[in-house]
Amino acid sequence: MSAHGRLVRRLVLGSVLMFGFGFALVPLYDVFCEVTGLNGKITNTGPVAISAMDTSRQIKVRLIAVHNEGMPWDFGPMDGVIRAHPGEMKQTAFMATNPTGRRMVAQAIPSVAPAEAAQYLHKVNCFCFEQQALMAGESVEMPLLFVIDKKLPEHIRSLTLSYTLFDISPEVSSAVLAEKEQRL
Amino acid sequence: MSTLDTTLHADAHEHHGPAKGMGRWLFTTNHKDIGSMYLWFSLLMFFVGGCMALMIRAELFQPGLQLIEPGFFNQMTTMHGLIMVFGAVMPAFVGLANWMVPMMIGAPDMALPRMNNWSFWILPFAFAMLISTLFMEGGAPNFGWTFYAPLSTTYAPPSVTYFIFAIHMMGISSIMGAINIIATILNMRAPGMTMMKLPLFCWTWLITAFLLIAVMPVLAGVVTMMLMDIHFGTSFFDAGGGGDPVLFQHVFWFFGHPEVYIMILPAFGIISQIIPTFARKRLFGYASMVYATASIAVLSFLVWAHHMFTVGIPLAGELFFMYATMLIAVPTGVKVFNWVATMFRGSMTFETPMLFALAFVVLFTIGGFSGLMLAIAPVDFQYHDTYFVVAHFHYVLVPGAIFSIMAGVYYWLPKWTGHMLDERMGKLHFWLSFIGVNITFFPMHFIGLAGMPRRIPDYALQFADFNMVASIGAFLFGLSQLIFLWNVIACVRGGRKAEARAWEGAEGLEWEIPSPAPYHTFATPPQLPESLR
Repeated sequence: MSAHGRLVRRLVLGSVLMFGFGFALVPLYDVFCEVTGLNGKITNTGPVAISAMDTSRQIKVRLIAVHNEGMPWDFGPMDGVIRAHPGEMKQTAFMATNPTGRRMVAQAIPSVAPAEAAQYLHKVNCFCFEQQALMAGESVEMPLLFVIDKKLPEHIRSLTLSYTLFDISPEVSSAVLAEKEQRL
Repeated sequence: MSTLDTTLHADAHEHHGPAKGMGRWLFTTNHKDIGSMYLWFSLLMFFVGGCMALMIRAELFQPGLQLIEPGFFNQMTTMHGLIMVFGAVMPAFVGLANWMVPMMIGAPDMALPRMNNWSFWILPFAFAMLISTLFMEGGAPNFGWTFYAPLSTTYAPPSVTYFIFAIHMMGISSIMGAINIIATILNMRAPGMTMMKLPLFCWTWLITAFLLIAVMPVLAGVVTMMLMDIHFGTSFFDAGGGGDPVLFQHVFWFFGHPEVYIMILPAFGIISQIIPTFARKRLFGYASMVYATASIAVLSFLVWAHHMFTVGIPLAGELFFMYATMLIAVPTGVKVFNWVATMFRGSMTFETPMLFALAFVVLFTIGGFSGLMLAIAPVDFQYHDTYFVVAHFHYVLVPGAIFSIMAGVYYWLPKWTGHMLDERMGKLHFWLSFIGVNITFFPMHFIGLAGMPRRIPDYALQFADFNMVASIGAFLFGLSQLIFLWNVIACVRGGRKAEARAWEGAEGLEWEIPSPAPYHTFATPPQLPESLR
């Protein structure tokens, strides 16, 4: 019977470990996305060292705003298309209005297509870094500051940066809203 | 044989037979009782899931919406898939393993009989819970058996929580069953039965059991993440909170692809028992069969993203998963070759189990080839989520897994009941099923290539003719399964007396004991017969 006991203990341990492995897939997936640029998730954020720009080519950056289902905000880019040399710092903004009669909190999730280009887009400052809280009827201009890496492969001549706006008012604690109210 | 008989008689004096009344079934720890319960339960689920399939096919008989609401149609496709995968195919294989593994390796029972009882009795509760969702407000799960997030989280009906707990219970049952089978096969073989003398059904089940232990916990993990997203405010699959819906597909298919081999490897084992019997030859290439099964199991962990070619993975990923998937055709081809080589110049007869086994080899191979087509990443963009996929996985699951289960049941029924099957009725069942299954699923290849998407209650007019043909075939196949029920009941109740070796060419320990198999077998380990040494 002890032979069964030892084997069964190992097999149970194996299944418990695999249960944990299922959860370990979550961070592993993020690492995998980071390495491969999968899903157009942008990982390069924060300040970059400014160096001479590459004026030999110009990249067409298309800006797109998407509403997640049920998100009532008016949300759109100031400029639909921006032409930028690699290495050139560009500033633009997205406009958002909360047309509803209640306070809401939103989170913008960026995505870059083609996914291959994602790792070459450095966002120095982006409204997607933080949650946006808007009072009823309030509008806001949300800034975006980015640089395209000079190492961007030659065959990529245009890329699309898309933001999907999610309504996260039910999820966030009232803390964000309270803080916003205090500032007003 | 005589020594075996004396041990069996001595045995009968020491132990009591089965208990009387309901208690026998509730508290039994006997592998034969539990095996029978698993098999009856899976037959019941097969008919429940089959009725759902017929509702789907009835709605699709003509274009337009005739019989059921689109919402209910979605519940039917979801529940049909879940019930057939987790309720019909998997418990049927566990039932066959319960009955046959101890008898094939010369063990008195499963290694952990009480756990065996528990792992069965969880199942009726799990499925009662799953089926009860049909009567709840908002209806049953309607997001497809693959339950992709956020359809199954943000947009799911409230009954999704019951679905999650039902999946948890099924998973626990499968894991306990798998642990039991591994412990039995590794620890309880008769003296002299080395691993490389193990009957192939035991080998394939041993490997399947390891697959179950590896991936059922991952399934439990993914439904737990869904539960947390729905009720506890986490954002595993919610992009708005920093999660990713595509992550769901990765975790799900990390379970899902080995799962399809969980549903086919035991079938390979059954077919590898039946074909040598009726070809009256030893199985060709036994060792290569074992290694092929093991390599299919290992490869199954490396191919999951071929279900997701269209979600946007890097080119290198598409190529890797495409070639890895195609690589699986090699060990599978080895198996098909070995079955054909076993039959080559054998003195074959065509009793019902053999007919089902032959149909398995031919039709499973068709399903395998359409799988190879789907593995080609560039063309998968055309086939993805069309009826071509439906045709493919029904060809590997219905004339694959289900036919192998029926072949196994017909093959071992004489051992279980002590009666031979009425061959005429068996052949009638076979031919109606064979014709029905092909009329149902073959046209689906064409409507899929022509662009009909899966999981829709209505379709464009140009698909009308083939859909009508498929629906007629589905009713033919579905109704002919009543003959199967009739055959099993008739065989339990009476028929020509079966000998210990019910089939002329059958080899193996299970054929050394009388038919029907006594309630307790191999209380003392048997001597291996000459043919197995």
